Formats: sequence, C-alpha cells, structure tokens
Amino acid sequence: MKILTVVRQVPDAESSLRAANDSIDLSNTQLVMDTMDEYGVEQALRLREAGIGIEVIALAVGRASNEEMLRNALALGADRAIHVKTDVVLDPVALSGVVAKIAMAEGVELVLCGGRQTDWDSEALGAAVAERLAWPQLTWTTELVLKDGALTGRHDVDEGSEGFTVSLPSVVTTQQGLNEPRFPTLPNLMKARKKELRTEALETYGVTPMVRVVKTEIQSRERRHEITVVGDDPAGAAARLVGILRTELKVVA
Amino acid sequence: MILVVASYGKERLSKATYELVGAARQMGSEDAVGVLVLGSGVDAVAVEAAGIADQVLVVDDAALAKYNPEVWSEAVASVAAEGEAWIVLIAALRSGREYSPRVAVRLNAPLLEDVISLSRDGGNISAQRYSFLARATETLMVESPVVVATVKLGIFPVASSCETPGEQFEVEQSVAARRVRTFEERVDATSTVSLTEAEVVVAGGRGLGSAEGFERLLVPFAEALGAAVGATRAVVDAGWRPYTEQVGQTGKTVQPKVYIAVGISGATQHLSGMNKSKVVIAINKDADAPIFKIADYGLVGDVDRILPVLLEKIRE
Repeated sequence: MKILTVVRQVPDAESSLRAANDSIDLSNTQLVMDTMDEYGVEQALRLREAGIGIEVIALAVGRASNEEMLRNALALGADRAIHVKTDVVLDPVALSGVVAKIAMAEGVELVLCGGRQTDWDSEALGAAVAERLAWPQLTWTTELVLKDGALTGRHDVDEGSEGFTVSLPSVVTTQQGLNEPRFPTLPNLMKARKKELRTEALETYGVTPMVRVVKTEIQSRERRHEITVVGDDPAGAAARLVGILRTELKVVA
Repeated sequence: MILVVASYGKERLSKATYELVGAARQMGSEDAVGVLVLGSGVDAVAVEAAGIADQVLVVDDAALAKYNPEVWSEAVASVAAEGEAWIVLIAALRSGREYSPRVAVRLNAPLLEDVISLSRDGGNISAQRYSFLARATETLMVESPVVVATVKLGIFPVASSCETPGEQFEVEQSVAARRVRTFEERVDATSTVSLTEAEVVVAGGRGLGSAEGFERLLVPFAEALGAAVGATRAVVDAGWRPYTEQVGQTGKTVQPKVYIAVGISGATQHLSGMNKSKVVIAINKDADAPIFKIADYGLVGDVDRILPVLLEKIRE
C-alpha cells in the first residue's frame, strides 16, 4: 500500500517576518518543513516500519525551493517524492484539489498532513482532501497504528479526546505529541540524492486559487513594557502589580 | 439567506451561536438569517434560536446525537444548497474548523477560516483573519455565489433578540452512515471559568516546576482573581494539566482583557494563542524570556516567591 505525506515549506517559527504589500516577504526568511508536517512524515515512516510492503511518497506543491525540503523528506526515509512546481500561491481548499488528484493517480490509501499550517494558520487541508476523495478523516491525532487495513488511534476533539477506528482509505492530520520526528543521518542524506524526485507542472491539474489575499500586515499591539526585576522586594513588586490590577485594569475588586 | 450553523451544549445555545448571528446581522444585509440546528432532541435549542433568528431550520434525528464531520458537512451543505444561502457561518471551534472545509468542497465554495471581520460589497465578500502564527493580519477577498466562513469566537457582538421569534421548520435530511467508530471519549475537566470567554486568564508554563507546583501556586491565584486557568503545550504534554486548558497553536486561542503568563518563556506557538490579549502580564525568572517582549507589565523573579505574595495582596 502507499502513503502520501504532504509537506509544506513555511517560515521558521522563530524567524522575523516582513510584510510586502499583499503577502509576507519570504526572500530573506529561513524556510523549513512545517513542524506539523514533520509529524506526518515520521508517522508514515513508522507505519511503514511496522507493516509490510508500504511505500511512502512525499508531496510538495510550491516554489522551486521546495525541492530542498523534499530531499530532506527523502533523507528521513520517504521512498520517493513529487514536486508540483509553481509560484502560484494556492489557498488550502484549492491545494486540496491537487493533493486529491495525486492521491487518486498514485492509488494511495492514506494521506497524512499537518493539522494546522504554520503560515496559513489553517486547519482545512486534510478535511478538504478527504471530501474531494469522499474518504473519512481523522484530525488532530495523538496516536495512530495500522492493523489489517484499519487505523486505530486517538485524536483531540472540542473538549477532550476520543479513541477511533477507521478503515482505509482515510485522511489523517498530525500534530505535536503524535511522535518524535527523527533526524536525517549523513549516509541517508547521500542516499536521498539518488531517490526519485518527480517534478510536475501545476497547469496539469487545472487548479486555481479560490481566495485572493489583498493585504497582509504585521500588526503587533503596542505594549507598555514596564518590566520590574523583583530582587529582594517581592512584597513591593506584588503590591504594585496588584495595584495595577485593581485600579487600572479593574479586574480585582 | 445567511445560514448560521448552531453550536450548543446541554440544551443551551453556545455564546458562539449568538456571535455568529451577530456577525450575520452586522453585514448589513436585508437577507434573512437562518439558524440550522442539527442534533437529536433539540427542541429547547431550536426555541432559543428562534429568539434571535428569522428562521430556524431543524434536523432532529437520533443519528445526529453525536457530532461527526462527514455527517455534519453533508447535512449543512445540503441545507445551504436548498436554502440558496450565499454565505454559511460556522463557529471556529475545532469541530467547525474540521467539517467546514468539507462543506466548502461540496458547495464548490471558497473557505474563509477563523475570520475576525466580514463584509459584503456587491458580489465581493472580504474578511480579515490572522495568519503566520497570529503574527500577521491578512485581508482576503472572494467572489463567489456561495462562501463558507468559520468565525473566530469572542470577536463579534452577540445578537440581540428579535421582536417576533423566527419561524421554525423541520427539515427532512437523510443522514450519512458513519465510517469512523469512536470510543473511550474523554471529556477533560475544565475550570469553572470558560477559558475562551474569561476576562482574565492565568496561564502557567514549565516554570511552575511540577503538577504539584501548578496546583499549589497558580490555581489559588487564578481562583482569587476569578480567572480561567491556561497552560502551555509543555505543561499539557507533561500531564500536569488537561488538554482543554492548553493555549497556543495546537490548543485554544484566547483574547482576554488581562492575560497573566506565569513561568512561561513564550515560544511563538504559545504566543499565537494569546498575543491578541488586551493586557499581558508576565512573571518569569529569565529576564530574556521572549514573553517579556509582548508584555505590558513584567516581574522578573522566582514564581515560588512572587505568587504567594501576590495572592496575599489580592486577598487583602
């Protein structure tokens, strides 16, 4: 069976951002694989290691620099990779059209992707892919095992969590806590160069953006930055802070 | 029609539903606002919804006793199509955010996620939302006969009651078979004050040292303030606090009047869940902790020493 793991290149969470008109300027930003997707790659590898005859395919849709991230996925252990190369920025629901078509063409039985994308702050990709394929979905998984063609695990819901069982094919979204992603080793980095990385054009898929971003701003709230080093006077510092809570913020009676 | 999907619990509409209707009303449209109630034994909820909506559409079926994304998306899309809704509004809860994309695909509609503003100008709908771990604000525009939007909680004004209650309609709807079997449901214990609706949130991080430290130092302090308790991912992963208290990228987003971060260093993923709070107060022993960069007031020092004194002063 085949597992498709979708990976996206996003700015490193700790890097600073600069807005340029309608988008974030990524030209001087460190780009990395979305950590949410790293859990998906790792889980695909673990399922392969625990099963028989499983092939792991990594998929990225985006600009040329994605190739580097896909090589990294191959170094981690993915068997091959597909890069749909484009400078067009797709929204999650539009992107799901490309992912679903590739899942169909490849005869994939499980699609994995991150539960919430670090750049879009979106949770839509997995569910939209599932709907296009008319497959069930499990989001926000924290445990996932594959046995006799069925997935069993746990996932988070509105006010807690629940266990689940579902037959393949399915779409599963991943998050922190599901596993501890591995690091690529030097020999695997070398091997990754020889693995298949197929490049395709977005035009093949007839998918266009459905949402237009007209403006992006970095807006941070003005903060007062009144920082006090407590030192030897916790009582004085506490009294001042409680005074602020009481008289200025009016949250203490 | 503007179609609002009701969210509710314990036979009462959630505040989120009032906010969704509020969002629908402030778009300034002449169109009727219909509230869709999906569930089993939802009479009380439907009556309550009639108090704020022009129409209430009810699908009451034993098969809808429990939420499921496939079942919900199919029902919502079919009611939206039949009612010729031009926009479908869904609460941006974890559940709403996971089934709304399926509704969008079914209706071939663009999806606007977790929006903080919504307006309609002729055939265009524009919305604002946060992105890049809530560090950026983007303005989106879509042009489509039908649009699906999830609405961020705690942003829009709650709807006021109508002069005459909306009419109620029973909707016949075949319910899709469930393909996912669920078990061992765990509802995490929540503090008495709702995290997403609280005026004050006191959240703790690894700096509290242990589950015992969290319980002993932070919880009484939060109680004295009448505040909701929040926690970081690290604290939840360590099993000190339930997942429902988690604030950040993989937890809840809060924007209280006052957010007090105790022993929290301030990873970007955590900040994304609280950086819109009106006032941020940070207490941490590390003066270089990133949390101080977004703090209005900060105390640099040991939480073990500071919290008991703070508690004492509040009780005075």
